[in-house]
Amino acid sequence: MGDNVELRVEHLTKWFPVRMGFFATLLGREKKYVHAVNDISFYIKKKDIFVLAGESGCGKTTTGRMVLRVIEPTSGKIYFRDKEITALSKEEMRALRPKMQMIFQDPYESLNPRMHIRDIISEPLIVNHLATDKAEIEDKVLRALEEVGLTPPEQFIDRFPHELSGGQRQRVSVARALITNPEFVVADEPVSMLDASIRSAVLNTLLELRDKENLTYLFITHDLAVASYIGDYIAIMYLGKIVEIGDIEKVMKDPKHPYTQALISAVPEPDPTIKKKRVPLKGEPPSPINLPKGCIFSGRCPYAFDRCFKEEPQMIKLENDHYAACHLLEKS
Amino acid sequence: MEQGTVKAVDDVSFTIPTGKVVGLAGESGSGKTTIAMSIMRLLPTNGKIVGGELLLDNEIDLTKVDEEFMREKIRWKKVAIIFQGAMNALNPVLNVGEQIVEAILAHENVSREEAWQRTKELFEEVGLDPARIRNYPHEFSGGMRQRVMIAMALACNPSLVIADEPTTALDVTIQAEIMELLLDLQKAYNLSVLLISHDLSVMAQMSHNIAVLYGGKLMEYGDAVSIFKKPRHPYTQGLISSLPSVSRTKKERKLVAIPGAPPDLLNPPPGCPFYDRCPLAQDICKKEMPPLQKIDGSLVACHFVDETKDRNIWRE
Repeated sequence: MGDNVELRVEHLTKWFPVRMGFFATLLGREKKYVHAVNDISFYIKKKDIFVLAGESGCGKTTTGRMVLRVIEPTSGKIYFRDKEITALSKEEMRALRPKMQMIFQDPYESLNPRMHIRDIISEPLIVNHLATDKAEIEDKVLRALEEVGLTPPEQFIDRFPHELSGGQRQRVSVARALITNPEFVVADEPVSMLDASIRSAVLNTLLELRDKENLTYLFITHDLAVASYIGDYIAIMYLGKIVEIGDIEKVMKDPKHPYTQALISAVPEPDPTIKKKRVPLKGEPPSPINLPKGCIFSGRCPYAFDRCFKEEPQMIKLENDHYAACHLLEKS
Repeated sequence: MEQGTVKAVDDVSFTIPTGKVVGLAGESGSGKTTIAMSIMRLLPTNGKIVGGELLLDNEIDLTKVDEEFMREKIRWKKVAIIFQGAMNALNPVLNVGEQIVEAILAHENVSREEAWQRTKELFEEVGLDPARIRNYPHEFSGGMRQRVMIAMALACNPSLVIADEPTTALDVTIQAEIMELLLDLQKAYNLSVLLISHDLSVMAQMSHNIAVLYGGKLMEYGDAVSIFKKPRHPYTQGLISSLPSVSRTKKERKLVAIPGAPPDLLNPPPGCPFYDRCPLAQDICKKEMPPLQKIDGSLVACHFVDETKDRNIWRE
């Protein structure tokens, strides 16, 4: 693993209790849980963009929030470099926050409509007591705006969010996340609300900032085409588990898990001359309350056999930087 | 608050050939849905068609007929629409079978029993279990609700179907199934389809022809292969080159980003709506909207279309 590991996650799990009715509680019925994230492990190397991908409800956003301790894990450990952040107190975590920031999905809802761009971007500086001098704050905000491509910055600093387009608003979110000079950024679907021509501009900005500021990203997306463009590594999640993980070129060009294969084959190509053969899936994802026995994907897998319904497959190393959890891949 | 008239769609002309899928491509605010709602004559009360013709079957001008004629003879019977977000388009307190039966009874001279029979057949056709015909919308998943919407659109055998973002908000594996279903039905019934989507990759896989809109105006119209492989309008060239693909990584090709933002339709520029973002723009573009010209079988609205032959102006 080496010294350049920025973030490490071990056996991370999050179960949300299902609210029960009064009588169910009274009768002492067994408490039920939504198994949002189930025992996942991965690590992110410094300056890498690690993509967490999967369909709705697979647990990718929950994982991103746990990594920043916006929500607390049920069990498992998270390390930022050599520091176990799951063991930190609230105070200690607050001191670390400027180093670990988040970019949210919806640029229409994540910016306060009554605040000027200046105040939105400088807020993290003020709540974290990183700057008090007015001129210094102003200077930092102007520089942050410039860095995310909102130039000339003087034209943007006194505006309100509603005066900006979707792409410009998302740049404001990025500027806000970067003003504290973070080293690690969780970007949760940062471009999924944006039109194509604007989306590529924001993706290119995120890539440039990585190089310039030595950032490490956990990039959460449902869009595998976007993932292919931005990622260095990828983990494919299904029903709270990682089913395949590895170098993005290896996973996208030669997917090994049947779910990854189905997912990639379903992504439409922006080219009418390419007609892909789709790997069909049976049914729709089961409820995360009662997880299927054995392999979580067994009920929908076109290749499932006896063992898949009884025994959970373990992660298997296929080659360097490429792992998948499937009984079919075990060497007999 | 600024007030005024928004020209959401301005002087757009194209045809949908019988039995073909025509895609309306464009970013938010480009006028895609306004065109669909104009064809259905379902514009909001502050929306008005101020000029132009909408010829159905080359004879009926839908801008001239009255509401009663639209309701009785056109909507659902000749032109049906599949809305985006089936949850909002279906009535939550009626079972889905009842909703389709109502639509059939409103337009066809059949008995209730025959309408139920027809609904059952429709269910099978769109891949739903007919045993669930009396289920309520909330009992279906998003993909299944979209199948219900498709069944309803086909209930009265329309010749033209408008599909407004039919797969938006669905997971990608479900999206692929719905796309396949739509194309199968389109072929089976020789339907003409107007497909609206912000997702150009969906468009590439489903459309025969594509109309590219920008700022309410038609920029380019042509067959899908020409639009994707040899786009001629600067906007189309930029748009196509901005699309990521699972078969390419960034090491292989950097995506093009078009600088700037779409125009304000309240104060539209008199000339080409794309001029302030276009690398080829000259003074004339600011003043005069270029006419559509026929270029190798496509229609292109650009003063400098000669300069886009055999090159992508964004990759230099």
